[in-house]
Amino acid sequence: MPFFILMAVLSSLFIGCSGGVKKEIPPVDISKLSENQPEVHGTLVEDKDIVLNNPLNQDWVSSGKNIYELKCLACHRLNEERLVGPGWAGVTKTRKPAWIINMITNVDVMLETDEEAQKLLEQCLVRMPNQNISAEESRHILEFMFHNDGQK
Amino acid sequence: MKSIIFKSIIGGSMLALFLLSACKPKGMQTAVQGDAALKAYVAPGQYDEFYNFVSGGFSGQMSVYGLPSGRLFRVIPVFSVDPEKGWGYSEETKPMLNTSHGFVPWDDLHHPALSTTDGIHDGKWAFGNANNTPRIARIDLTTFRTNEIIEIPNSGGNHSSPFITENTEYVVAGTRFSVPMDGKTDVPIESYKENFKGTVSFISVNKDNGRMNIAFQILLPGVNFDLARAGKAKSHGWFFFSCYNSEQANTLLEVNASQKDKDFVMAVNWKKAEEYIAAGKGVKKAVRYAHNVFDESTHTATSEIKTEVLVLDPKDLPGMVYFMPCPKSPHGCDTDPTGEYIVGSGKLAAVIPVFSFTKILAAIDQKNFETEYEGIPVLNYDAVLHGEVTKPGLGPLHTEFDDNGYAYTSFFVSSEIVKWKISDLTVVDRVPTYYSIGHLCVPGGPTKKPWGKYVIAYNKITKDRYLPTGPELAQSAQLYSIEGDKMKLLLDFPTIGEPHYAEAIPAELIKPKSVKIFKLEDNKHPYAALGEKQARVERKGNEVHVYMSSIRSHFVPDNIEGIRMGDQVYFHVTNLEQDWDVPHGFAIKGASNSELLIMPGETQTLLWKPDRIGVFPMYCTDFCSALHQEMQGYIRVSPAASNQPLTFSTGGKKDKPAQ
Ligand SMILES: [Cu+2]
Repeated sequence: MPFFILMAVLSSLFIGCSGGVKKEIPPVDISKLSENQPEVHGTLVEDKDIVLNNPLNQDWVSSGKNIYELKCLACHRLNEERLVGPGWAGVTKTRKPAWIINMITNVDVMLETDEEAQKLLEQCLVRMPNQNISAEESRHILEFMFHNDGQK
Repeated sequence: MKSIIFKSIIGGSMLALFLLSACKPKGMQTAVQGDAALKAYVAPGQYDEFYNFVSGGFSGQMSVYGLPSGRLFRVIPVFSVDPEKGWGYSEETKPMLNTSHGFVPWDDLHHPALSTTDGIHDGKWAFGNANNTPRIARIDLTTFRTNEIIEIPNSGGNHSSPFITENTEYVVAGTRFSVPMDGKTDVPIESYKENFKGTVSFISVNKDNGRMNIAFQILLPGVNFDLARAGKAKSHGWFFFSCYNSEQANTLLEVNASQKDKDFVMAVNWKKAEEYIAAGKGVKKAVRYAHNVFDESTHTATSEIKTEVLVLDPKDLPGMVYFMPCPKSPHGCDTDPTGEYIVGSGKLAAVIPVFSFTKILAAIDQKNFETEYEGIPVLNYDAVLHGEVTKPGLGPLHTEFDDNGYAYTSFFVSSEIVKWKISDLTVVDRVPTYYSIGHLCVPGGPTKKPWGKYVIAYNKITKDRYLPTGPELAQSAQLYSIEGDKMKLLLDFPTIGEPHYAEAIPAELIKPKSVKIFKLEDNKHPYAALGEKQARVERKGNEVHVYMSSIRSHFVPDNIEGIRMGDQVYFHVTNLEQDWDVPHGFAIKGASNSELLIMPGETQTLLWKPDRIGVFPMYCTDFCSALHQEMQGYIRVSPAASNQPLTFSTGGKKDKPAQ
């Protein structure tokens, strides 16, 4: 029996044999196959989308700290030490606000398209997890990062 | 006595001959046609059209396959411990397998049933029965996990379950073995007719959260209940059960329970039962049974022993229960999509009797009774019969329905599926199965709106069908197309355990509701470490509680010292990931239970009792990242009298617990 099934698979994949007439079947288009399963990603933000506070919003700082302790601390220290990911000390001085927000909320897209993000992956070798952080929460984390870098 | 033995030997050898000659059906060479492979082929990157929930039989679990591909997606642990997922090994899941007999690590799951609203699959829950230590389980289809298990008192061999009413008002559980009850339990087995009783239990299901409760039991004569189906549409409010052994034999049933020409299909008017309960006619009886519930916010199960059940006795409550004669050792009992026809199937019968609900009501109205059986009216066979399918095959077992007025009946002895028309009872097609088919499944077959398209055979024997694997061969299912006039074999696929019964549901009814992660913010586990900052170790006498966190690619803490011999160490591991499909595992050398497998955002606990002094490695068992292999640590165990202080660390900085 397995022979019959094998024959059926082979004949239908390469040449459709029906009643002795040979019919060409085009090769499978892999990109077509996944057409109906688009991955859903948020939209990337730009710097102009982000309004900075001066002085810092202290409520956001403490909310950001709470989220950091729940979802980020496992991989990021507040000093310069690299653990699984880079330490956060100085991050607001070397990265633009939009880049930081995008790494938090759209890490899969960033790892695919952003050169700096790709460099970090080469160093750390662990893809930053998507920790299901909302846009609002990510803004609070940014506020906490400014605070961590000494801004008032 | 002699003559009974003689008869049984003849009976046995005749049956054996029958089975042998029926073992290999004819016509298998031409069964597969040219385009079959393409019809069952789901290309890489594409999804199956249906989920198929298949019982794992004596494995005690439920498995999930894709249709039409036959690919195995998941094994859901239900009634048996499963070290792969820590089910029944972790402290949180142990209560799920608690019963009035204590912790029971195994059972025999025969029938999955999917919840319905207005008689149509709603994709909320799957139910399953435990045959051996009678229980019903509810599986949440957003998590594919068993969330509730309820034990059934006054029952032995919970076979006739779980079948459900139109709006999942009730799940039923009918006992296969009648048993002595009411405290009169230490009785001679020979006193069966006098002391043994049957029950069917109606378990209510909360509409919103699925919570189960044994609403009532009906006390019945000591027969065996085999299968059941709820009425639907016009017969909504009724339930039908097949019964065998109306002879009330208690030994050599293969002979002694096949004496009578007809046994029964039992019809229960459960709306009437509700009226009697409202009028205070139920009697509360003392029993003991466990009710176990898993809470997805504490990630923990609790088990409660209940001590009372409400019992209705139809002898005192007329109009609630009727018997209908059914030839010969009825097995299957299936209601068609319109609710008008109830199909009985006698394992040893040469016909398939089809009853008419309209005629049943009329016969009850006219008191058209043949006789009484232990105080319960037996309706006149000819008065309730829509008709018989004649010469259908050998050993009819189960019937499912399509969306075009056709029925599909499985034939164990002649190894085939027979398609027949419900309206005029004519056989229109038959197709061989390989071999000895038991149940069969049409997607949506038990509902008011079958999806049709396929019929799947669940077989008992697969001789010559697969590569040999020792004395036992692969368990097996087979997929047939029923889209044309003729059924067509598309695919064989192996299954786990015994693929006893199954239901299939369109993927679209479940896929969008699937849970991806457990939110850390909602984690109410009392021992959760919500963030690495909360990770710590605490001693309470000889109990040590490790609040441990895991994330790609480390544990906190990953070095613990100061554990002493005689300690009971609880590792409460919280997976801090909030990303789909990133579980972490936890295993420790010498642990006598299993690993943990912790879903994103979840907390699970492993109890470890060190048996010797030394340093014990622990590690993550689920390959989680490029640095997965680095996800490890050590636990140091010192002598009982040691002064070694309790310390823990990750990255070298030691923390001492506040004492
Ligand atoms: Cu891991």
